[in-house]
Amino acid sequence: MKKGTSVTLTIDGKEVNARAGMTILEAARKAGIYIPTLCHNDKLEPYGACRICTVEISRNNKTRLVTACVYPVEDGLNVKTDTAAVKKIRQTLLELMLASSPSKTIEEMARGYGITKSRFEAERTNCILCGQCVRYCNEVKGANAIGFVGRGTERRVVFFPEIASTVCASCRECFSLCPTGKLPAETDGVSFTDLTLEDFLGAGQPGV
Amino acid sequence: MVKFKSSADLTQKRREILAQREGKRYIAINASGTCGLSSGSDKVSRAFSAEIEKQGLSGRVEVRATGCLGFCENSPVVIIFPEEICYVKVKPEDVPEVIAETIIGGKLVERLLYRGEGGKRIAREGDIPFYKHQSRIVFGNNRSIDPRSIDDYIAQGGYAALGKALLEMSPEGVLETVKKANLRGRGGGGFPAGVKWETTRNAPGKKKYVIVNADEGDPGAYMDRSLLEGNPHSVIEGLIIGAYAIGSHEGYVYVRQEYPLAVENLSIALNQARRYGLLGRNILGSGFSFDVTIHRGAGAFVSGESSALMNAIEGRVGEPRPKYIRTAVSGVRERPSNLNNVETWANVPLIIDRGADWFSGIGTKGSKGTKIFSLVGKVNNTGLVEVPMGMTLRQIIFDIGGGIKQGRKFKAVQTGGPSGGVLPEGLLDLPVDFDQLAAAGSMMGSGGMIVMDEDSCMVDVARYFLDFLSGESCGKCVPCREGIRQMLRILNRICEGKGKEGDIDLLEELSAVVRDSSLCALGQTAPNPVLSTIKYFRDEYEAHIQKKRCPAGACKSLISYYILPEKCQACQICARECSVGAISGGKNLVHVIDQDKCTKCGTCIEVCPAKFDAVVKLSGEPVPPAPPPGTEVTRSKGKKR
Repeated sequence: MKKGTSVTLTIDGKEVNARAGMTILEAARKAGIYIPTLCHNDKLEPYGACRICTVEISRNNKTRLVTACVYPVEDGLNVKTDTAAVKKIRQTLLELMLASSPSKTIEEMARGYGITKSRFEAERTNCILCGQCVRYCNEVKGANAIGFVGRGTERRVVFFPEIASTVCASCRECFSLCPTGKLPAETDGVSFTDLTLEDFLGAGQPGV
Repeated sequence: MVKFKSSADLTQKRREILAQREGKRYIAINASGTCGLSSGSDKVSRAFSAEIEKQGLSGRVEVRATGCLGFCENSPVVIIFPEEICYVKVKPEDVPEVIAETIIGGKLVERLLYRGEGGKRIAREGDIPFYKHQSRIVFGNNRSIDPRSIDDYIAQGGYAALGKALLEMSPEGVLETVKKANLRGRGGGGFPAGVKWETTRNAPGKKKYVIVNADEGDPGAYMDRSLLEGNPHSVIEGLIIGAYAIGSHEGYVYVRQEYPLAVENLSIALNQARRYGLLGRNILGSGFSFDVTIHRGAGAFVSGESSALMNAIEGRVGEPRPKYIRTAVSGVRERPSNLNNVETWANVPLIIDRGADWFSGIGTKGSKGTKIFSLVGKVNNTGLVEVPMGMTLRQIIFDIGGGIKQGRKFKAVQTGGPSGGVLPEGLLDLPVDFDQLAAAGSMMGSGGMIVMDEDSCMVDVARYFLDFLSGESCGKCVPCREGIRQMLRILNRICEGKGKEGDIDLLEELSAVVRDSSLCALGQTAPNPVLSTIKYFRDEYEAHIQKKRCPAGACKSLISYYILPEKCQACQICARECSVGAISGGKNLVHVIDQDKCTKCGTCIEVCPAKFDAVVKLSGEPVPPAPPPGTEVTRSKGKKR
């Protein structure tokens, strides 16, 4: 379908008009329907990492779970944002995040889904890897001073000292994006101009 | 080399090669495959070449360094044509005898023949049970081809299918043939290749790509590696035919850097194909142009996922894309990109050559053709086996695989790699095809088949695969990264005897969420090893959690070794062999294992003489108190030391 064409879909029983090329999340927000997000940022490309915006869509009697921040609207699409399956996914994801990265934002959202305690063992990383800092630095600032390293459960965010030492001290715009508060907490008082390669490789690395 | 300008040129070339080879014998040795090289087949190959020259047989006998011949267990394997005499575990020093006896004398070297049941010697390759029950339509040509020689491939009828497709068929006709054959993707999902091709063909955009997925990464799986190493032209030919059907002029082979020989043989093959004009402009005078680039992967398992692979080809991090658009429509540089795995492409020339009806005559209702499996684990004949779809697990494991090592009991078979599942003895008669495996809670995957005996703990198997995935997930999305982290924690706990009531339910609950909400197929299938082991071996989980017992005796935290005081004869072997000095005793004294020092390596139980049988492995029960120091052994009657 051509971008910009008008499409009509149903979200939680409400008929919603949108334009082709929009995501379910955009269409829902436009219609005043709340879908929770953690990694989404209007200024950034959709990322689909936290999966908290998972919704149920159905078409021709087939239902599917998709992330609202990425899935494009289609004419006649029926979206439900709060089914039992959706709720179960969000609850479990929040429980997982509580175990790794308890923070005000995560705890509040969890409470909203009736979760106050995680059944999973705590293994603190204090970062949900939403990537907002990394993507903002790349997509908006074009600086690439911060990025991901590692894979799987070892994946983490690091500053690249060669770049960070020249650009971060005067910017720090990514700090306010952090949903777990790890970035501002751990970089508070860090003089980015003093970052060395050793910081990058190990001890003292802010944001790790 | 002269460029072929038509199909007739190719046919003429084939005639010339065959005429030149007429009446010549050749000796095939798996010296162009990684497995063969590791067993020293290159030395055997060189010994043959030297001996042939020494005996003045150069014009009459040719040595052919082939890729994998499948029979890993017996490498280096030598096959002498035309009789197809098969010698196994051949050493360089055996070579003069083989030349003198077999090549010159026409007699068999009995001691080098494979020994079948009851020690019976089997001379012909095709009579060996391992080969007899297979249908090696894709893999079989390996034995006739030196992968570095395009002429070997052409001699086998290679590139004839390409000529037929380009000059006698329309792109639509090729597409219809592949659709009609119902070739399904051999890489994991089993998606119909023809339907995928059609999607890319019909997708908007002028520039389209065709890609070979050679990012084989399942633990214990090596069929794609062996095909690329041993018969690269079959993959290239399939790719060109696919490109023609789809309307693509540019292809990629995404192959792991960890497969250096595959990269090397493939590079040579591509260059040879270019020199013959089988790649490049105006192939065989058809007007169709196409070429291929090799992209070497940096070794991430997740890069085998289609959108991650596309990212990697673009030079980005090999991470899956979150978008709900198929790579067949928007892949490399957002252009339509058709991705199939190595084995899928290698089937294409066969289908074009022999027709859709021939292909769909093999296999089951929903799964046509054959499938190559890497049959590994506790099975007698480990190796690569190619069987028609629908053959039962029992036939594969017992008739071809020769049953379980050391006459032990079969317990389970793991299929489909880390995304697959574990199937129990009760399902041995399951016909192996895409749908049956999926219905049983496992999957075909790319064809890994790991056989396990009664010493394998099913909780530990699930733990192993989750551990693999925790390092191979890209770590981007929460359910996959954190879900696998927590599933692995729970499994580790259970294996350590710290499992809690409710752990099984929690695993199942978490599995469902990881399956339903992960970004890509890696996460969506990651719970399979857990779910299938719970489904078929729930009692083992319960024994670990409730009784702190590992029924297989595999989880070290849950086992103890104990020397039965009434059986110990103070032979002192165990005390001598114990690497940590955990066994005390002395002449005539009952030996005792210090449980605090013991690392549970199991050496004591292995070295205790069978006639005494004094060491036992305990699990789920307390270790009996040690006899007082200085307790003397009880001698069996009539045996005094």
